[in-house]
Amino acid sequence: MPMTSTGMKLTMSDADLQLAVYTGTGRLMDKRRGSITAELLPDYQELRSQAHALKKHAIENLDWYLEEFERNVEAHGGKVIWCETGADVAEFVLDLAKDRGLHLIVKSKSMTTEEIDFNEHVESRGLEAIETDLGEYILQLADQKPYHIVAPALHMTRYDVADVFTEKLGIEREVVPEKQTMIARRVLREKFFAADIGITGANFLVADSGAVVLVENEGNARLSSTTPKIHIAIAGIEKIIPRAQDLAVFLKLLGRSATGQALTSYTSFLSGPRRDGEQDGPHEFYVVLLDNGRTKLLERPERRESLYCIRCGACLNHCPVYRRIGGHNYPWVYSGPIGAIITPQFHGTQSNPWLPFASSLCGACGEVCPVKIDIPRLLLELRADVASSKWMSAEKLVFRLWAALMSNPVLYRSATGIGSMTSPGENQWMDGKSSMSKAMASVGPIRAWMGERDLPAPAPKSFRQRWRERSKAQP
Amino acid sequence: MSARENMLGRIRGALGRTGGGPPPLAPPVMLKVQTAALELKIASFRTALEKLSAKTYVADSCPDAALLVREIVDGKLAIATDSPVLHECGILYPAVNVSKAEVGITGADYGLADTGSIVVMASSDPRLVSLLPPVHIAILKLERLLSGFDELLSLLPRPAEQTASMVLITGPSRTGDIEQILVRGVHGPGEVHVILLA
Repeated sequence: MPMTSTGMKLTMSDADLQLAVYTGTGRLMDKRRGSITAELLPDYQELRSQAHALKKHAIENLDWYLEEFERNVEAHGGKVIWCETGADVAEFVLDLAKDRGLHLIVKSKSMTTEEIDFNEHVESRGLEAIETDLGEYILQLADQKPYHIVAPALHMTRYDVADVFTEKLGIEREVVPEKQTMIARRVLREKFFAADIGITGANFLVADSGAVVLVENEGNARLSSTTPKIHIAIAGIEKIIPRAQDLAVFLKLLGRSATGQALTSYTSFLSGPRRDGEQDGPHEFYVVLLDNGRTKLLERPERRESLYCIRCGACLNHCPVYRRIGGHNYPWVYSGPIGAIITPQFHGTQSNPWLPFASSLCGACGEVCPVKIDIPRLLLELRADVASSKWMSAEKLVFRLWAALMSNPVLYRSATGIGSMTSPGENQWMDGKSSMSKAMASVGPIRAWMGERDLPAPAPKSFRQRWRERSKAQP
Repeated sequence: MSARENMLGRIRGALGRTGGGPPPLAPPVMLKVQTAALELKIASFRTALEKLSAKTYVADSCPDAALLVREIVDGKLAIATDSPVLHECGILYPAVNVSKAEVGITGADYGLADTGSIVVMASSDPRLVSLLPPVHIAILKLERLLSGFDELLSLLPRPAEQTASMVLITGPSRTGDIEQILVRGVHGPGEVHVILLA
């Protein structure tokens, strides 16, 4: 889903979609705000600082904690699989499935598997992978990517869901969310019982316990990690935290920042396959540690904090740009401000040079980040990267011309003269655009830019003209 | 070289930790363990859970708890784990397939007063009994009611030593994935009852 001005234009001119995204993110903002009040969570700011310090410590000593994690997973009878790329992850799962003659995978929501197009990989090789989070299930049926890190189907209405269910499940049209949910429950129950492999992500990997922590509301992550014989958790290496006790900090922040919940309905702390005397749970337990470009992000110390993210989605909800252009106009599965800082670092600034500029630098993202990632600073640094690269030479030229114009009185005078000559009469706002805008909008590449924007009308007289007249009037 | 060596090598190179030695001590986490009166903890637990539309009860004795369970089960097909507290109260149901049961009855290893959570470990209660049936009843001994998650972590700094699966259950299963309209019971139980046993 690469960004196109067409895609953005479609999003911004779709009133239903704008309303869905605006109200959806707005509700999440309200819920977060209501859950971190001084009365309910007096040490909120202190917790943010602690979370930042803990993540910093874990990332700065990542090799150590990954090895400690591996030792502890193995001590409980599990196995750690190191994967450099998404293709390696798919290869591991395909081999395992082939070796055991397995076919059906149930999955709980995981941005990491979205990142590596896991489903596409394994389905092209004959396995079936079913998403079981309600939002993800709807999106899988609709053949769409998540719109939001936490609320994947944020952009869809119950009527959209009804269309998808009718078409893909061949059922009678149902528009009541409660009933739609129960339809999904019934269909997915059967999948849980039939599945051979359960795949989950991980919110945290706890080094001192060799444990995977899963935070969810629906219960599908619990089912995915319980009913199938094999549980595979797929996680980026940056999910590591040193100790189980650190959860006292992170769990107080994650649910509140994401959905305004002190704790989500289920928080699972899973360490290895079922033990002697335990009556259910998987017989085999694997944790896939994924690099996929993360080690590249470690190279510059001042940018490592991009890896502190705990994927709460608060920066998306609070971002005026995300709220207008939505999730599907970002080039990668990670959208919003966090997407704007990690995508260029994973894929290079050249692939989507506009991305670090998709921000008004209002600072809301940094303010709400529960682990205090300085997103605005990182956006600026990435902008500098883009600016110092070749791609920007055309734009640089424009700015050089501008600078020359501004520093030369004669040129400046004539240019501002043009501005006020085209300055509109009283009826200029009748069609919503100034004549200046219209004039500029007819010029080639500026046309696209002007489509969603307007220039303020220049004053009837330029400042220089007024100054001259004033000087004449009052000698 | 293996993927493992490659990844660790790249990490150490990028971090300048070529020796790969032990890290300095991790920043300390201050666990906040409040010593509230039991009455306050009970009130807090019940308020938090009832806000989530779960039901809470206080039973003065085992027979009281067993009676409450019978009332909630109300003749539906129920399954009970062999959790010690259920044994103690004589809450026994004939073995049925958990996927067919309409009510799942478990013990709870701990309760967290501030969030209204119960802590259920697979070592004492199989995971599916609190997950598959549409109704979940849990019995929690009052002496196991802690002030919150911080106290749990101070008692059990390494939960992995106890069990392969520790779950904090905070109210019913829920979703808001369609227009953020709250729907309970999407994959797990939509109805949760917690009996606090004195």
